[in-house]
Amino acid sequence: MFDKIWDLHVISDLGGDMALLHADRILVHDLSGARALGALLEEGGEVRNPELCFAAPDHTVATDPTTGGVGDFHDSCVRPLQNLTEQGNIHHFGLGDKGFGILHVIGPEQGITLPGTTVVCGDSHTCTHGGMGALAWGIGASELVHALATQTVMQRKPKRMRVNFDGHLPEWLSAKDLILHVIGREGAAAGDGYAVEYAGASIRALGVEARLTLCNLSIEMGAKVGMIAPDDTIYHYLCGRPYAPAGGDWDRALTAWRALTSDDEATFDAEINVRIDDLAPHISWGTSPEHTIAVTDRIPDPADEADLERRHALRAAQEYIGLDPGALIEGTPVDWVFIGSCTNSRLSDFVEAARVLKGRKIAEGVRAWAVPGSASVKAEVEAAGLHGVLKAAGVEWRLPGCSLCVGANGETVPAGQRCVSTSNRNFVGRQGKDSRTHLASPAMAAAAAVTGQITDVRKLMR
Amino acid sequence: MEKFTALSAIAAPLPEKNVNTDIIIPIKRLVGTKRGTLGEFAFEPWRYHSDGRLNPDFVLNQPRYAGAEILIAGTNFACGSSREGAVWALNEFGIRALLAPSFGAIFFNNCFQSGVLPIVLDDAIIDDFMTQAREAVAGPQFTIDLKRQIVIAPDGTKVTFKTEPFRREALLAGLDDLGMTMNRIGDIDAFQDADRVARSWIYDLQKNSR
Repeated sequence: MFDKIWDLHVISDLGGDMALLHADRILVHDLSGARALGALLEEGGEVRNPELCFAAPDHTVATDPTTGGVGDFHDSCVRPLQNLTEQGNIHHFGLGDKGFGILHVIGPEQGITLPGTTVVCGDSHTCTHGGMGALAWGIGASELVHALATQTVMQRKPKRMRVNFDGHLPEWLSAKDLILHVIGREGAAAGDGYAVEYAGASIRALGVEARLTLCNLSIEMGAKVGMIAPDDTIYHYLCGRPYAPAGGDWDRALTAWRALTSDDEATFDAEINVRIDDLAPHISWGTSPEHTIAVTDRIPDPADEADLERRHALRAAQEYIGLDPGALIEGTPVDWVFIGSCTNSRLSDFVEAARVLKGRKIAEGVRAWAVPGSASVKAEVEAAGLHGVLKAAGVEWRLPGCSLCVGANGETVPAGQRCVSTSNRNFVGRQGKDSRTHLASPAMAAAAAVTGQITDVRKLMR
Repeated sequence: MEKFTALSAIAAPLPEKNVNTDIIIPIKRLVGTKRGTLGEFAFEPWRYHSDGRLNPDFVLNQPRYAGAEILIAGTNFACGSSREGAVWALNEFGIRALLAPSFGAIFFNNCFQSGVLPIVLDDAIIDDFMTQAREAVAGPQFTIDLKRQIVIAPDGTKVTFKTEPFRREALLAGLDDLGMTMNRIGDIDAFQDADRVARSWIYDLQKNSR
C-alpha cells in the first residue's frame, strides 16, 4: 500500500532515495502555517493550488467558554491567519464556523483527508491522517512554503515497518493503550527512518477515530508516517462528508481506493509483533513517551539500567516528574486532568470518558478539562447529552482547540502540578513550565479525575 | 541561504538521547516572535535556571565549548514537534553542523532549509567523538568537509559520511528546496494535467462541498 501511494505521487526522481512528490492536501495552522503563508505572500509568491489547501487556527485559540475562542494571541496569530488565507484564497475554518477545529480532527471529519492521498501540514502530528489510509506527514515551515508555492514536497523514501497486533482488545483498553505500549516497549526512536503500517484483526475491528488515535502517536516512536490500510469502515465514514467525493467521482475514487490494498504481498524492512490479549491500561511515568508502563507496574529503577547514558536520563526524568524508582505508579496523586488534543478529542473519546464519569464526581482539588477537537465534535457530544454527564461530574466542558496539549494559547498546567492527559507528549515543560504530564487514554484520565490519583480504570469500573 | 562547504570548529558533546524540539526551543518563544531572535533561547530549559540565571553545568555554557559551531548529539536528536524554530534557534546560536547516530525525521529535513548540515554516523564513532570532545582540555576542534564527505576528529581520525547527492549539491550551492523545485515547474504542470484525469476527485472537492 505504501509503495503504491508513494509511486502515484512521484513527479520527479531526485536521485538517491529522494523524490519530488505531489501534495494532494495542505493543511495550514496559526503558527507554522501563518508563518509560511506570510513568508510566501510577502515575497510576492502565490499559492499554486489554493483549492487543495485548508486552514484553521487551532494552536492559539482560547478554549474558555466565556471567550468565544478569542484569547491572548488572537491579534498576533489567529487574525493574521484569517487575513493571509483570504489573500491566498485558501479555505479557512474560522472561530464560529461549523467546520472549525483542530486540523487533524477536521481533516477526516470534513472528508478532506481521503485514502491514498498525500497530506502535509507544518505539524508533526499530521501522521494522524494515516488512520484514513492517507500518506501523511509533518513538515517544517520552509517545506510548507515550498508546498504552498509548488504543491509538492521533497522527500526521502522511508523504509517500511509493520506492527502486527495479535489478539483482542481487552475491556477498558483503547487504541491509546496499544500505541503507548508499543512506544514503551520499542522506544522513542524505534520508527526512525520508517513509515509504519499497523495491521492485524484487532486493528481492522477499530473504528475510524481509534485508528486516528493510533496513527497520531507514530511520531512519538520516531516515525514521520503511520498508516492503516483503508477498508469499508473508512469508506462508510467518508461517504457524504462535506468535502468527500460525490456522484461519479465517489464511485471512481472507491475503485481506486480498493486497488490500494488489493495485494497482500507487501514486504517490510522490519516487523514488530504485539500480543494484546493480556495488556493492562498504559500510562507514561516520565518525560519521553517511551517512559511508559502498564498502570500495574512500578517506576523503573535506574540502577537496573546498564547503559550509563540511559541511567542518567532515567534519573533526570524521575527528578523532573517527582516519582521514586520502584514505586507503584498507581495511587500517585493528581492535580489536573486533560481530555482533548488531536490524539483523543473525538466523540468516541468523550463517550469513553462519560462511561467512567457517569454518576460520579471528580475528586476534590482536581481540575479536569474536556476540550473537544472540533465544533462538530462539540455539537455531537452535546446532542448526545454527554456534556451534561461531564459537567455533572465537575469537568469543565470547553471550546475546541489544541489547548493544554501544548499550551501555545497560554493555557497551561501550573508548575509542579501533575496532569493525567490524553495528549501525545510528556516532554519537559510541554504543558507549562515545570508541569508534570502522564499520558493515558480518556478512560484512564477520567478514572484519575474521579479518584484524584493515577488509577487502573478496570478496578474503578469493576 | 548560506552555503555549507567546509567547517573547522569547536564541537560540544550532548550525549542525551531523544532530545526533543520542545527542549531546543520552547513553544512560547515561537508564538509571535521573529526569526533572528531565537538564538538566546536555544535549549532554554537546560541553559538557564528557573530564575533566568545561566546554568553553568550545561555543556554549551562551559568555557571550553564557547563558540561551538558543531554539536555531537545522541540518538534521535531533535525528535518530536516539527517546529523549524529548533533549527533557527540552533543556527542563530551559532551551530552549523550536527553529528548524531540519528535525527528526528522532520528536523533532519528542516536543517537543509537553513544551511545546517546534519551528519549521521555509527554509534561507535559518535561515542568516540563524544569522548574526545568531553576529554579535550581546550576547545575540541573538528573539521567537516562536505565536498569530500569526511569528518576529522581532534586525534586525527578521519571518517566518511554520506549525504543524499541532491542535498549535498544544494548545500554546496546555498540553495534551499524552493530554489531547486522552481526549475521543475514544467514537471509539476504535466503531472497535474494527467492526474486531474486519473484522479478527478482529488481536485474537484470544492465542487462537491455541500
